Amino acid sequence: MKLPILKYIAIATFAFFVISCNNNDDNMSEMDNQFAGVYVQKDQMGRPAVNTVFVSSASKNTFNTTVPSQQGAAFQSMFQTNLMGLSPAFANAGDKNALGLDAASFTGLLATDVLNVSLDGTTTFFDGTNVLTGRALADDVITVELLLIFGGEDFSENPTLSNDNVDANDKPFLTSFPYLASPW
Amino acid sequence: MKKTKILAVTIFTAIIGLVAIAADHIDAPATQGTSADITDFYAFQGEDTNNLVFVANIQGLLSPTATASASFDENVMIEFNIDTNDDKIEDLVIQAIPRDGKMYFFGPSAPASPGLNSFVNVMATKSEVAITPYGSNAIIANQNGMKFFAGPRDDPFFMDFAQYGAILAGNATGFNNPGADTFAGSNVLSIVVEVPKSSIGGSGSINTWVEAKTKQ
Repeated sequence: MKLPILKYIAIATFAFFVISCNNNDDNMSEMDNQFAGVYVQKDQMGRPAVNTVFVSSASKNTFNTTVPSQQGAAFQSMFQTNLMGLSPAFANAGDKNALGLDAASFTGLLATDVLNVSLDGTTTFFDGTNVLTGRALADDVITVELLLIFGGEDFSENPTLSNDNVDANDKPFLTSFPYLASPW
Repeated sequence: MKKTKILAVTIFTAIIGLVAIAADHIDAPATQGTSADITDFYAFQGEDTNNLVFVANIQGLLSPTATASASFDENVMIEFNIDTNDDKIEDLVIQAIPRDGKMYFFGPSAPASPGLNSFVNVMATKSEVAITPYGSNAIIANQNGMKFFAGPRDDPFFMDFAQYGAILAGNATGFNNPGADTFAGSNVLSIVVEVPKSSIGGSGSINTWVEAKTKQ
């Protein structure tokens, strides 16, 4: 009679220790320890193609590790030089794009590489009415950027450089979460 | 006139040496081809218009045969930054970091300190979703009033990058019509988070950007 009771007590004691080693709090702290450490910035992105197009090769890593609040001061003039070198639509003094922005103000906008997003409704890079209120999956952001870089005041300049004529993704997007199409 | 244009473009190419791929695919030497290379970032209103969706894509240009073996790096944290008062400094972050087949999310919460160095904010609201394996249906978690996904997806970016490169190299004077989507048939690793607008500012405008941060 006594032996089985002792056995049960031993099992219960063992179980108590095992359970207490595996309770949620301990799991949490083990998990928390897994996440300890300093994580240091390597890459960042706000708007599409900004680092790719406007930052000179030697500065791309630096741009990725400059906080947005300091990007304008550090990079606007480089952006302006590169924009004016790239686009005939900004070659002459007074040239503007369809947003009414000259080279200095356009690159001032671009150099701070954040995405502006409206919390009040339509979210799109540009849909003919709304400008920079977000970035939706179906937005043709490259054509928008080409138009703003090459298209001049009314989108009519440099037509062969202002549209890449790829207007949609190769797979339809989903209407529900997670919105992106399944992989190929 | 045309020659001037070509010359200008050629000179620009020589100066810039543009070999990187838009939108942000392979944009800088330090990130190129690494598990911390952000390829794209999206922010848009959700199917439920009370919510906003953030999408970060990393490790782009995955062929279908390379996709099954692509994985999130446990040393890389993806951080969504949200600036609610237009000073270009993050007021809120949502941190995503993988462990053992799951993607863990912390936030949205105020960062301990804004800027280039971060700690995982384990005190923030914690959510998680199993990382969807290649070939499986999307695994979605609904937790803490938010939705989460992590795993391979079709690269949503589209562009005739090949022709863009030819133009910059001086080998073409314009785009073709129709163009050809250089990113057709390629995949990325995606992290998708849907959050109530009320938790990231409510109304008005925010500035947002995404960062990849590596453990030291």
